[in-house]
Amino acid sequence: MAITKEDIERLADLARLNLTPEEIEKLTGDMETIINYSMNKLNELNTDDVLPMEHVLPISNVFREDICEKSFDREEILKNAPEKAEGCFLVPKVVE
Amino acid sequence: MEYEVVIGLEIHAELDTRSKIYCGCTTEFGGEPNTHCCPICTGMPGVLPVLNKTVVEYAVRAGLAANCAISSFSKQDRKNYFYPDLPKAYQTSQYDLPLCKNGYLEIEVDGSVKKIGITRIHIEEDAGKLIHDESGKVSYVDYNRCGVPLIEIVTEPDMRSSAEVKAFFEKLKSILEYTSVSDCKMQEGSLRADVNLSVRPKGQKEFGTRTEIKNLNSVRAIVRAVDGEARRQISVLERNGVIVQETRRWDDEKGESYSMRDKEEAHDYRYFPEPDLTPVVVDEAWLDKIRSSIPELPDERRKRFIAEYGIPAYDAAFITGSKPLADFFEAAAKESKNAKAISNWIMGDVMKKLNDTGLEPLDMPIKPESLSRLVSLIDENVISGKIAKQVFEIMWDTGEDPADIVEKEGLKVVTDTEEIRSIVIQVISANPKSVEDYKSGKTKAIGFLVGQIMRETKGKADPQAVNRLLKEELDKL
Ligand SMILES: [Zn+2]
Repeated sequence: MAITKEDIERLADLARLNLTPEEIEKLTGDMETIINYSMNKLNELNTDDVLPMEHVLPISNVFREDICEKSFDREEILKNAPEKAEGCFLVPKVVE
Repeated sequence: MEYEVVIGLEIHAELDTRSKIYCGCTTEFGGEPNTHCCPICTGMPGVLPVLNKTVVEYAVRAGLAANCAISSFSKQDRKNYFYPDLPKAYQTSQYDLPLCKNGYLEIEVDGSVKKIGITRIHIEEDAGKLIHDESGKVSYVDYNRCGVPLIEIVTEPDMRSSAEVKAFFEKLKSILEYTSVSDCKMQEGSLRADVNLSVRPKGQKEFGTRTEIKNLNSVRAIVRAVDGEARRQISVLERNGVIVQETRRWDDEKGESYSMRDKEEAHDYRYFPEPDLTPVVVDEAWLDKIRSSIPELPDERRKRFIAEYGIPAYDAAFITGSKPLADFFEAAAKESKNAKAISNWIMGDVMKKLNDTGLEPLDMPIKPESLSRLVSLIDENVISGKIAKQVFEIMWDTGEDPADIVEKEGLKVVTDTEEIRSIVIQVISANPKSVEDYKSGKTKAIGFLVGQIMRETKGKADPQAVNRLLKEELDKL
């Protein structure tokens, strides 16, 4: 399977990564090697009798009851805000 | 050319749980910004979300009420996208294994019944709220709503008009209310709809290109958006234009939709199974338990109201459409000998008041017992129908008991015939022209005289007594 420069650019964009042209070049080759290696490996396996795995955890139904607990103090929560005002997180203006 | 409009809906309903979907923060609406938050719902690294069991039960309840198949095995997935209302940079949702699928609801439009398919119902979390600063360069983010549990209900493209959309939406809303799954307060954003719409020449099999209108939060906006977007698409086609598949926003004030100009990169959510949350297994025993918690639904209740309270089918359909309204009716009618009068008051004065004040039936300021006592006061001839309206206004504003209001304001019907007779005589002598008209055969004149008498008694005279005494006195002349 061939990985193109455009694939890497698109993935970087989706992941909000800023890559230099050199990095894109290098990652394109690396990614192709990784993908092809894994695909070849996987293709060696006989999966005829293997059910698709829907989830990695072998357990189910871990729940909490619908009970309210005390939330954090706002000051505590806002400590993680790069910028804050009027009890809110401030972010660069987003317009839909 | 004649066109057919094809519509499907995606409806988001906030579940009426006490706590959020993955943490113990409250779901209460309207707190100070960022006071209903903790590291889990603000997406801090290293936290472990745990699913609220009631979320599963409510979603299954909604699914059963909407005739869905309930998945014995389902899981949650991460839907990845960057937007500041979503601090984790992904929304926990369900992708390929939703909790409920393949359901339907029946709607009735213009007397014919139609089935609208429900593709799926899945659970997910709500996002925070962005407040855009008009002047500046920043947006304010409040994460109180972040992590409030939602169900998303996706329909088949089975609707063909705004009337069908309205009927479906209202039916779904009433079912969510009846099952107590959601409070459905649209002005608080508890229930909102996305409309998928396309048009095609009548008779054509293939669907046209569809557009999606996001985030409609009133029935009126939904209906207007459907009609407006259908008109827009038809006019584009009529001019040999091409419909672009896109997301649009409806401006209800202007009455038109506009393109949201999505970035060129189409959304690529890269769903994958949520590794922090276990799969959900709903076995028969649990399913039975949830099934037994479903109360009487609107269709059954409508039929019962007709049979039990003898109200007309139209009234029953209207009232049972809203659970709070139906509960109010039933509580009032149980105490009353005149259920039809109760239903008339609800469909008339009560609805008008709710509409005028913008209140939801849930927030009705009068008690059902008060309304049934008001009806009794009329039926027992203690007050006239006209005075009753006045009493109703005071009840609405003060919440007082109607009998107390009547007593305090001196609004009782005057039945003392001698008192009425003296007013009748007084009015007759003050209006010789009308008396003359009446005597010369203009029977209409009597209406004027009755009106004058009622005015003199401030509407409190017993109308039957007034009519009888007036005729008596006129015949004496
Ligand atoms: Zn929380």
